[in-house]
Amino acid sequence: MHISRRLAIGTATIVTLLVLWPVLTLVTGTIDTGRFPSPIQFWQSLRQIVTVGYADGTLWQHAIQSLKLVVMGFVVAVSFGIPLGLLMGWSRRAEAFINPVFLLIRPIPPLAWIPLAILWLGLGDAAKIMVIFFAAFVPAVINTFTGIRMIEPHIIEAARMLGTGRSRLVMEVLVPGAAPMIFTGLRLSLQASWTTLVAAELVGAITGLGRVLNVAQTDIYPAMVLVGMIAVGVLGWATTRVLVSIELRLMPWLSVRA
Amino acid sequence: MDVNRSPLPSKVEAFFLGMAGLACFVAIWVAVSISGLVPRQFLPTPWEVALRTFNLLWEPFAGASLPVHLARSFERFASGFTLAAAVGVPLGLLMGWFRWLDDMITPVFDGLRFISPIAWVPFAALWFGTGLGGPILIIFSGAFPPCLINAYRGARFVDRTYIEAAQMLGTGNLRTIVQVLLPASFPAIVAGLRIGAGLGWQSLVGAELIVASAGVGYMMVQGQSNISTRTVMAGMIAIGVVGLVIDVALRQLEAFVRRRRGLR
Repeated sequence: MHISRRLAIGTATIVTLLVLWPVLTLVTGTIDTGRFPSPIQFWQSLRQIVTVGYADGTLWQHAIQSLKLVVMGFVVAVSFGIPLGLLMGWSRRAEAFINPVFLLIRPIPPLAWIPLAILWLGLGDAAKIMVIFFAAFVPAVINTFTGIRMIEPHIIEAARMLGTGRSRLVMEVLVPGAAPMIFTGLRLSLQASWTTLVAAELVGAITGLGRVLNVAQTDIYPAMVLVGMIAVGVLGWATTRVLVSIELRLMPWLSVRA
Repeated sequence: MDVNRSPLPSKVEAFFLGMAGLACFVAIWVAVSISGLVPRQFLPTPWEVALRTFNLLWEPFAGASLPVHLARSFERFASGFTLAAAVGVPLGLLMGWFRWLDDMITPVFDGLRFISPIAWVPFAALWFGTGLGGPILIIFSGAFPPCLINAYRGARFVDRTYIEAAQMLGTGNLRTIVQVLLPASFPAIVAGLRIGAGLGWQSLVGAELIVASAGVGYMMVQGQSNISTRTVMAGMIAIGVVGLVIDVALRQLEAFVRRRRGLR
């Protein structure tokens, strides 16, 4: 009942926007097509990049390149970030030891690592993975840490009173208790990964969606800019869907939306 | 709450542990730099970076001294962030309360949200130029999603009993939002503002790396093309310090809110 209503309202909104787009660009001319493309221009650019290619590659090649780097950077960052967050959330000593260094590095926005990454590793894949690592690492740590600290004390007290050992306490109380926060962190990490990758590719790359945007911007080609943005959006959406389906499978009691 | 966790180190112990952590970090850095594992040009020692940062306070690089670059960047940040918070938080709360609004906006927002803020750079430059308007759009698109999502999630995860109690007492929509949802989700909202500020600030830096003729990001790009790692690192420090000041301010706010709530 509710699902259908939700679907209906959502579809109606999207359809309205899709109808307004050609009307405003082609019929009334309210939107200047030199600034924002009409659906026809968009379709032509999409065909161009899919069939002929643009910025030294087809859409497929650019997309695969970007996706590959995001996944690699994200996985590396998360597999360091979550354990560190758990450790810092649980042990006050570990927090006291690590936090100052973390505080020192954390305020530097991931994108600010781009010039340094280029100096150190050049314009290739390694520099991008380094930048994505710094982007995805911080949200993973912070949210895991916060998740642990937000667990209600009496849950831990109860587990302790029942004589739960350390490893069981971590795996069966702390991790599940912090899981909603951890996943919030992972989503932010994933989003940050895309942001940083696109920025790094805009600054310099041989293939990748950021490069498409960069070339399109230089060519003053709004339709291709839109194609590039939508491609980034679709990939970001698809990766998040995967993450959410994992979240729902692990925590069926939460009805979280993507 | 502390009692339930691992033993709380005393203030003195925590201080020394922290110092030890920092010392390890600096020691590794200095060792790598001095040993020549990495060319000095690419990894200057901490004191060389400190000296460079200090010099940049007066000495102009890429057209202006560091404080001037920072001021330009901050001005853009403040405008974009204020806009994002002013739109994102109320919208998030409303979406958390009115199902139809949620149903209407969520599909559109989902579509836009996955386009990373930096991907707006070409359109921002095309529509509003690279002066103030373009960067504001980019900061907005960076800071807006966390503001909205946290307010929304905060409002959705409010303890049902509060809402039920309010409704039983005949509270209307507006009062429920302002007097129940807003206070109940305030910690989430402030956390969202903090994340948003961080993302907004970094989006700005990103925008400045790509298209700008002033600002800290621009200074760093110039440093990079002159292979002056010190200048790049000085820029990172400056960006970090400003980001930290913003973060500390919001963290104080968060702590204040939590204290007033009696949450630790």
